[in-house]
Amino acid sequence: MADQKCYHCGDPCGRGGIHFDERDFCCNGCKTVYQIFTSNGLSTYYELEAKAGTAPLEVQRKYDFLDNPEIVERLLEFNEEGMQVVSLSIPTIHCSSCIWILENLGRLHPAIIHSQVDFPKKILRATYRTGDFSLKALVLLLGSIGYAPTISLKEFDKKDNRVDRSLIQRLGVAGFAFGNVMLLSFPEYFEAEEFWLDQYKWAFRWLIFAFSVPVLLYSAQPFFISAYKGLRSRVLNMDVPIALGILALFLRSAVDIILDLGSGFFDSLTGLVFFLLLGKFFQQQTYAHLSFERDYKSYFPMAVTRVREDGGEEEVQVYQVAPGERILVRNQEIIPMDCMLVEGSAEIDYSFVTGESDSVHKGRGEKLYAGGRQLGGVLEVEVLRSVSQSHLTQLWGNSVFSKDKASQFQSLTDSIGRRFTVAVLTIALASSLYWLLHSPAMAIHVFTSVLIIACPCAIALAAPFTLGNMLRIFGRHRLYLKNATVLERLAQVDTAIFDKTGTLTTTKKDTIYYEGVELSQRETDLLKTTLRGSNHPLSRSLYDILKSNAILTLDEFQEHTGKGVEGRMDSHSIKVGSASYVGRSSSGGERETEVYVSADENLKGRFVFHNSYREGLGQLFRTLDRDMRLGILSGDNDGERRALEKWLPLGTQMLFDQRPGDKLEYIKALGQEHKVLMVGDGLNDAGALAQSHVGIAVSENINVFSPACDGILDASRMTDLPEFIQLSRKAIKVIKISFILSLCYNIVGLSFAVTGRLEPVVAAILMPLSSISIVVFTTLATNYLGRRLKAGKT
Amino acid sequence: MIYILLAISITVAVIFFAAFVLSVRKGQFDDTYTPSVRMLFEDELVGEGQKAKGEPKIDQKKE
Repeated sequence: MADQKCYHCGDPCGRGGIHFDERDFCCNGCKTVYQIFTSNGLSTYYELEAKAGTAPLEVQRKYDFLDNPEIVERLLEFNEEGMQVVSLSIPTIHCSSCIWILENLGRLHPAIIHSQVDFPKKILRATYRTGDFSLKALVLLLGSIGYAPTISLKEFDKKDNRVDRSLIQRLGVAGFAFGNVMLLSFPEYFEAEEFWLDQYKWAFRWLIFAFSVPVLLYSAQPFFISAYKGLRSRVLNMDVPIALGILALFLRSAVDIILDLGSGFFDSLTGLVFFLLLGKFFQQQTYAHLSFERDYKSYFPMAVTRVREDGGEEEVQVYQVAPGERILVRNQEIIPMDCMLVEGSAEIDYSFVTGESDSVHKGRGEKLYAGGRQLGGVLEVEVLRSVSQSHLTQLWGNSVFSKDKASQFQSLTDSIGRRFTVAVLTIALASSLYWLLHSPAMAIHVFTSVLIIACPCAIALAAPFTLGNMLRIFGRHRLYLKNATVLERLAQVDTAIFDKTGTLTTTKKDTIYYEGVELSQRETDLLKTTLRGSNHPLSRSLYDILKSNAILTLDEFQEHTGKGVEGRMDSHSIKVGSASYVGRSSSGGERETEVYVSADENLKGRFVFHNSYREGLGQLFRTLDRDMRLGILSGDNDGERRALEKWLPLGTQMLFDQRPGDKLEYIKALGQEHKVLMVGDGLNDAGALAQSHVGIAVSENINVFSPACDGILDASRMTDLPEFIQLSRKAIKVIKISFILSLCYNIVGLSFAVTGRLEPVVAAILMPLSSISIVVFTTLATNYLGRRLKAGKT
Repeated sequence: MIYILLAISITVAVIFFAAFVLSVRKGQFDDTYTPSVRMLFEDELVGEGQKAKGEPKIDQKKE
């Protein structure tokens, strides 16, 4: 029984398992979902993928705000004549069964006409009839089958999120033109003297010209724009020689065919643009389901329950709540703004803000800060500041968040581009000057030839293909980087700073050990039963580790918030809680998280909670220490200092009790002299992540939680971090080798151009050849390097 | 003659190109993964119907 896996979600059933319909379920929720599915003829769900489900969470009144028509209107895509269309983000979508069930929602409720899943983005788009159905009903239905959508403040602010499809269209145009131009150029390639060609060549040439015009005007547009922007800000980026080359190609070719001098270089022109766009397309690696731009808005609720003056409750949008008003905060809800506790007992988990994992108790009249999560009962609070003015959210007012790191960073390609442009222009001018003295007619010919052949197609392709491919390889090993420049930056880091809680430690479980007189079986049973009634996070963790199977019925149960719990059965009693509650002074001033237990008013002992560290940290730090400075930046207290010293090299700087703003400032100061890699996890690291050279967020579940960052690393891959950094450095080497390779091609090409012997057919062969060989080389090289990553860790 | 051939070949090319642009605009390239999974579902939906659970499924033989 104990080893049974839930038929619905695959979690171990444990003791609380339910046997139903010859199948085992881990909880009532899963059983209910199973019932819903089978009674609606949807049991195929389980045939597509075994144990595909997700246990439904308790929804309670979380979605009450969907009763407010104003909020609903903001969420809907379409709303007319009894029909509504909505797109919901559902993070639990993970397999084909999910797609199947969500696209057959109509079976569960006849009002749902159509539903479609975008799997990579984890979005469900549903069309339904209103009347006896509503958005709230839809969301509740989804919640009841384990697919609760996330509706956060961010959805409310969302702008017009039209997809940018221009790149793929430009690529299509260029590819189409490239193919046709090549075909139409064939007669010219093979024999130019034939009679029929002479007769019809103008038709072919003008057709080719017609195909090339859209390539120049539409497909090549991004290069011209980028070159223009670069020139305006006085930077010679890689797009300058490219734009020059394209322009020279087109003008020269146009003159050629107008004056009937030759067939022009239109084949090279379209091919060049096609390959360059292909590089762009390849580099544009997107992880559609991951968001690298999240700020507090993704976590904050969209609406809150406001208490009216007359005592009634209403759901309002968070932005509409003004200081002085009263709102309700329920169990597991995040407090959206700084406020003061009026009613109820608060048990706030500030791990978002400070990284401190233990919750704090707050009494009436005390201040609660935005970003805290209430654990326990309902609170009534008075708002002190509006959302954007609150303590935590002010962090996002810092200018770091409005700056784009990529635009400040000069990539390897661009820095080469500058020298390249200068060199090309020098050669072009020098050679045309030479020809001007000897044979003036050739001068303009040579000048354009140099610009054409020196167009750095291969160089421009080296970086996108190497980085793009490396990005993909990293993605397969669960390090998801935002874009290619992050990879280049990662290769430069010389300092690594780690957050502690949630980054070095796992958030999944604490290690708990017991000190004191051993508890008898009966006492353990009683203790476990008592803890069952308590919602305190420590009680819950303790409950999970205690070995006891008995379920007793307590005669008396009392929870003293902030102190402890007491359970009484027959003539025995048990008390769990803080030292003073159990009747004892805390042992020493050590900053440990501890819970004392007494049975029948006799102190038995204490449970000590330790953060449990991820495996392989020692190895990780040792490897990194070889060529990097290390540091710890924690929002927690320094209770774990000694534990950390075990792993870290001597003299490593460790800072504790750091507030989010402090972290940002520290990284800023460090960034003056070093290239800092910041590894963090929570919102409290958001500032530091944004400020650092590369900010990587570690996450247990990459789909759910990660602050704004440059990359998201799956927690299980934490120990591979040094390997990833090594690989990014190697990728840069690959790019440099490709540069040398393509320079060789350029020298060959230039020797043709300078001597004035550049035939269109030479360009047509040389340019694709160099591009393709570079692409092949970089792809093979990165794949070879990537294989080593897999070999190192399986 | 050659003009007719050229005209035909280019017309065909342009038709396909237009089809491509149209499909991009309609968003067919936005999600290139889900349809590949969805396509495999059709059979199960038709075959199962609203039959009571436990009845033998006929459509499984088709595979």
